[in-house]
Amino acid sequence: MSGSTINVKTRTSRRRPWIREHAVSLAFLTPAAIWLLFIVIYPTIDTIRLSLFNESATKFLGLTNYKTVFSTDTILTAFRNNVIWVLIFPFFVTFLGLVFAVLTERIRWATAFKALVVMPIVFSTTASALVWATIFDNSPQIGAVNAAVLTVSDWFNPPGAYPVSAAAGQTVADLVGSNAHAKKNNTIVSTSSARAGGTINIGLEDITPATLTLLKAQDAVKPQPMSGAITGVIWRAFSPSDPTNKTDVLPGELGLPLLHLSLVNSQGASVATTTTTTSGQYKFSNVGAGSYFVELGSSNFGSGFTGISWLGGGSITPVSGLGQTAQALLSVPLADMAMIITYLWIWAGFAMVLIGAGLASLNREVLEAARIDGAKEWQVFRRVTVPMLAPVLAVVLVTMIINVLKVFDIVLNMASGASVNATPTLAVEIYNDGFTGGIHSGVSSAIAVILFLLVLPAMIMNLKRIKGV
Amino acid sequence: MTTIAQTNDLTKRRHILRRMLPARGPSNIVLGIIAVVWLVPTVSLLVISLRPEAAFGVSGWWKALLDPSSLTFSNYRTLFGQGFVAGGLLDSLMTSIEITVPATLGVVLFSCFAGHSLVFGRWRGRDVVFLTVVALMVVPLQVALIPVVQLYRELGTLFGLNPFGTIPGVIIFHIAFGLPFGIFLMRNFMSGIPKDLLEAARMEGAGEWKVFYRIVLPLALPALASLAIFQFIWVWNDLLVALVFLGGNVHTPLTVFLYDQNHELQANYWIISTGAIVSVVVPLIVFFSFQRYFVRGVLAGAVK
Repeated sequence: MSGSTINVKTRTSRRRPWIREHAVSLAFLTPAAIWLLFIVIYPTIDTIRLSLFNESATKFLGLTNYKTVFSTDTILTAFRNNVIWVLIFPFFVTFLGLVFAVLTERIRWATAFKALVVMPIVFSTTASALVWATIFDNSPQIGAVNAAVLTVSDWFNPPGAYPVSAAAGQTVADLVGSNAHAKKNNTIVSTSSARAGGTINIGLEDITPATLTLLKAQDAVKPQPMSGAITGVIWRAFSPSDPTNKTDVLPGELGLPLLHLSLVNSQGASVATTTTTTSGQYKFSNVGAGSYFVELGSSNFGSGFTGISWLGGGSITPVSGLGQTAQALLSVPLADMAMIITYLWIWAGFAMVLIGAGLASLNREVLEAARIDGAKEWQVFRRVTVPMLAPVLAVVLVTMIINVLKVFDIVLNMASGASVNATPTLAVEIYNDGFTGGIHSGVSSAIAVILFLLVLPAMIMNLKRIKGV
Repeated sequence: MTTIAQTNDLTKRRHILRRMLPARGPSNIVLGIIAVVWLVPTVSLLVISLRPEAAFGVSGWWKALLDPSSLTFSNYRTLFGQGFVAGGLLDSLMTSIEITVPATLGVVLFSCFAGHSLVFGRWRGRDVVFLTVVALMVVPLQVALIPVVQLYRELGTLFGLNPFGTIPGVIIFHIAFGLPFGIFLMRNFMSGIPKDLLEAARMEGAGEWKVFYRIVLPLALPALASLAIFQFIWVWNDLLVALVFLGGNVHTPLTVFLYDQNHELQANYWIISTGAIVSVVVPLIVFFSFQRYFVRGVLAGAVK
């Protein structure tokens, strides 16, 4: 802005009174000035004052609130989580934005792609958080991520026909009804033994009707003894008409299909295997001399994969050897990871747009020159494109750091159960301390002041940049 | 000779092709996969909202893709059928509109005024005011919450008008925290308007107000559109301010509606998914109608 032109213009327009001209111009500023003064500037200063008072702002406490901040576990956890967010998120979102921006330069449907990736920015973080909470849900019947993991894990570790739900506190021993006992390796072995021509029947219980419907179980039938073979039935020993009788096969009781059985000799070695029929019957033919037991292998009761608790209280904890506090402070909750992934989904489009604009304004001739000099595409990218983009990348990083320091909505909406205590951030603590169960200003204000100090470097950077322009 | 020239030409062309093709093929595939991944959450939300209430938790939403006939609008019919009961979906939609429209108008209007004053005014200290505005852009709104609540209460004791717990209380706060970015955007854009235009009008005796709405405002329309979209989306999607300032009010915006539903003892996902779709439809319409201005706003906000 050159001062001389302004002076010239001022002179030419001195037809109207000087004061009046300024009064009108200042009047234009007034509404904004009032708003900023009363709702932004004054409150910011007042928060500093409140942070030195007790929670009802009636008694001066000095720095006590700040001491509380740095000695309260949940607030320290919040600091830890902010550090995790700041260290991980801005870097990854900038990286994704850079990759997207570079790749979209090479496709014909760039406009569609960009619109698609930018779209989540206009969604409320609340809605996005709730969507991703279902995507990360424990149950493979709800969460797409766990459903995908389940599909893969079932190839390697298929669940049994009668999965025992450890999550519900069920054990294999709970299944034993009559003539059997559970062993430590989660197998069930018959209590009675038999020789060729004998029978062994085992009653099980605590099996849901839904499981039996799924397996198309039919009424249990006791098989006749056969010479040279060991036969029997494995059945669900529960009859509504006689619930305490677990030793007899009663009418209406169902056989247990698809159980994998082994015939075990007195030394405990398996000599033959078979599978039960839909009515729960089995038959081991050509049994040799000696007495045998029937064993139900642990694979029958394996629950397979039951889902990763992304949003539970689990965390990636560093190696032992550290003190408990240090470990707690250095561990990264799984839920934080899930939230960061969600946040990447929301903000990658923003980074892409900014970096894309930076790319578009790059001097193509420099890139072409590098190519002509024989640089490979990757070298051009590493040595020319990225350094030339550095200012834009810095802007994205800083913007995202500020954004993440204030991260709130996503935590409030995605954390549930155990992860509520593991995932708070400073912004969440400001809300929890200050606004849940009435308004308490002291500690909440102290955290707010700290948050303000954390964004201060960004403010100074902005000011320097603007002044330089 | 001709054959050599031809082969040279061919190899050259192949060379150029090779440089483009290997890059294009994988780019299409990689971005194709990314596009699908990016679309999945939105599709899942839509599908869940279109499935019967009982299907949630029994089978994954992706199962419904194989059986599109199982989709139904019954969730929407049920929630819209409740009408404008307090705490219902329609009531929240209305509350969101009641908050967002005035808060957007306020910011756009005051930012245009302030931008005009900062660019075309000749009073001293304009630069200081502008730098203050830039500084305020990064102030976390969390810093102001408690003092503003107390300020509202004092207004109540002084004038009997306590905005705390009311919709105007939320609007006032949103306007304040939308202004720094708004003023920044308008001021930067208006600096590009040739001052000669204004001078000409002034010479012909037009007052400041006339200069503003006849010349500056029409020329600033693109920036105004960017600002309006930004502010609209920002306020529409806010959760924290509404949670704090509407505490206890029966009328809540959609974000608080979703938050409450999710934090009930038995979260009803059919309500949450349907509500979430309703809540994203409005900003999506705004986004797709004014995409160009939105992107421009993103660029102006960060790069400049």
